[in-house]
Amino acid sequence: MKYNIDEKGYYGEFGGAFIPEMLYPNVEELRQKYLQIMHESSFQKEFHQLLKDYVGRPSPLYFASRLSEKHGCKIYLKREDLNHTGAHKVNNTIGQILMAKKLGKTRIIAETGAGQHGVATATVCALMGIECVVYMGEIDIARQAPNVARMKMLGAEVRPALSGSRTLKDATNEAIRDWINNPVDTHYIIGSAIGPHPYPDMVTRFQSVISEEIKWQLQEKEGRENPDYVVACIGGGSNAAGTYYHFLDNPEVGIIAVEAAGKGINSGESAATSALGKIGIIHGCKTMLMQTNDGQITEPYSISAGLDYPGVGPMHSHLHASGRADFYSATDDEAMKAGLELSQLEGIIPAIESGHALAVFEHKKFRSEDVVVISLSGRGDKDLNTYIEYFKL
Amino acid sequence: MYFVLCISYFFKMNRINQKLLEPKKLLSIYFTAGYPNLDDTVKIIQELEKSGVDMIEIGLPFSDPLADGPTIQKSSTAALKNGMTTEILFRQLAAIRESVSIPLIIMGYFNPILQFGVESFCKKCSDIGIDGLIIPDLPVDVYHESYQTIFEKYGLLNIFLITPQTSVERIRFIDSVSKGFIYMVSSASVTGAKSGFGQTQQDYFERIASMNLSNPQIVGFGISNSETFQQATKMAKGAIIGSAFIKHLTENGVDSISSFIKPIRK
Repeated sequence: MKYNIDEKGYYGEFGGAFIPEMLYPNVEELRQKYLQIMHESSFQKEFHQLLKDYVGRPSPLYFASRLSEKHGCKIYLKREDLNHTGAHKVNNTIGQILMAKKLGKTRIIAETGAGQHGVATATVCALMGIECVVYMGEIDIARQAPNVARMKMLGAEVRPALSGSRTLKDATNEAIRDWINNPVDTHYIIGSAIGPHPYPDMVTRFQSVISEEIKWQLQEKEGRENPDYVVACIGGGSNAAGTYYHFLDNPEVGIIAVEAAGKGINSGESAATSALGKIGIIHGCKTMLMQTNDGQITEPYSISAGLDYPGVGPMHSHLHASGRADFYSATDDEAMKAGLELSQLEGIIPAIESGHALAVFEHKKFRSEDVVVISLSGRGDKDLNTYIEYFKL
Repeated sequence: MYFVLCISYFFKMNRINQKLLEPKKLLSIYFTAGYPNLDDTVKIIQELEKSGVDMIEIGLPFSDPLADGPTIQKSSTAALKNGMTTEILFRQLAAIRESVSIPLIIMGYFNPILQFGVESFCKKCSDIGIDGLIIPDLPVDVYHESYQTIFEKYGLLNIFLITPQTSVERIRFIDSVSKGFIYMVSSASVTGAKSGFGQTQQDYFERIASMNLSNPQIVGFGISNSETFQQATKMAKGAIIGSAFIKHLTENGVDSISSFIKPIRK
């Protein structure tokens, strides 16, 4: 079984490029050039230099001893929360802004839900002096005010998505419409491992630095490259894709995905796509998505805005369908509790997204000798208001 | 010989191909099924035919219409809120061929069709007397590889879009796969974004006309009235009006359709 992408842009039966003809020239240009550009030594050099000096990589692989003691196994945290801008998102935006420059693009657009990808995009646009427009659902703009302010301070224009449910799904629609209207000068920086081929693969490759580092860091600490398990939360799935990438073809490494169950899988307010979704087309790719029997895409729910997406990336659909990965889902309550636990055992306040990955211990019992690497995809600063309300702090 | 007979049989059967043989410039109208009211579908189609429209695109509403501007988005959202579904649309159209004879095309995004089942969808269209489909997010390559035989089995024409950015090579490929007409998007935009044509569009229309494609072209996007209809059809076989018609329905309701259609051809 092959878990990586094939020549036609599919992971098993998932992926492809289901796009209107208006987008074809841009997506096709990217498809033809992305691997070649990524492999150029000048590109690699600049990418890795920026990851080191600007993002602050490598991010530490931290042995969480008190958390390990609590859950009876050896837990390592991959500290993506320590990256510049506070999450893994910047690995991808650094890569894509360099890609956009190589393609001669002079204007950047992006979608954002919670605002993390928007901030990461606005950051690299400021760094490179390139015009930046970020689409964000009107409802998200209201509930993520600090990130909106950050993007504005970084010089980006934040445009409200007023259509549909006015959240991430609709912000993505608006960004795609912008790209249709501006086909020549604009590059669209998609923030997750979703969208038409080659986006899922390109984003995954930029994020794969996460698992690349885990391998040598674990070698240093444990004398072995491969953990028993890698664990990540999944919305669209970019931090998960990066965390799994170098372990996909290594069957001795267990792959664990934790989705957002919201108020419970059967509550009607959930974002657990693998449990509730069916195969279909969303934002240009064939993948698992939450939809009505009639094929209308439904609105997901999670307390974590970063997991509040009705689909998952095609790689994850394939990992799920093939049985390569084990999928669990954590409720709002479980994720919040896990976030509080990490804060008080290790002195690290995680993003609520990452709290879902940490909630894996509610669902799976590990053996005492198991080495479990968890992607701590982001820090909790942006979520303080939600924590304050939830815990009445 | 058998092949030629098949083709001529096929041509006789499809109303779009027949219509394209008429010497006049064609006016095609798009509307969103289930808007303004759930049960307006049949009445709108009948009124459009009575008013002299040549062809109709019935929009199957979708929650996430990527290629559409605000007007069609809003009508789609409203239609879904009114309760429109694929099943209901087929039910509404079940007897449409008793009262309407012009070509009917269903325009919809791919996901609802995929969920219905592509073959079941095509069969249903064929039973009802639908002549063609426009599925903006089903690329010509995927269609050609996976679905063309199914569409053809049910005598449905699949209509593809080209834009000012489409390469010559790809236009030739689209022309070779198409069996009716080519939907020529007038400018790089979503639907309803701008009205009217400048020199860039005129040049593009001429460039495409000079390619001598085997399929006639019908222009869409940016046509809203008599003036833009004349401009668009100077080189092309016809033109499609969508957003402007929906705006008219929003403001004037379904009883005044002819007052919108009649002045377009003067």
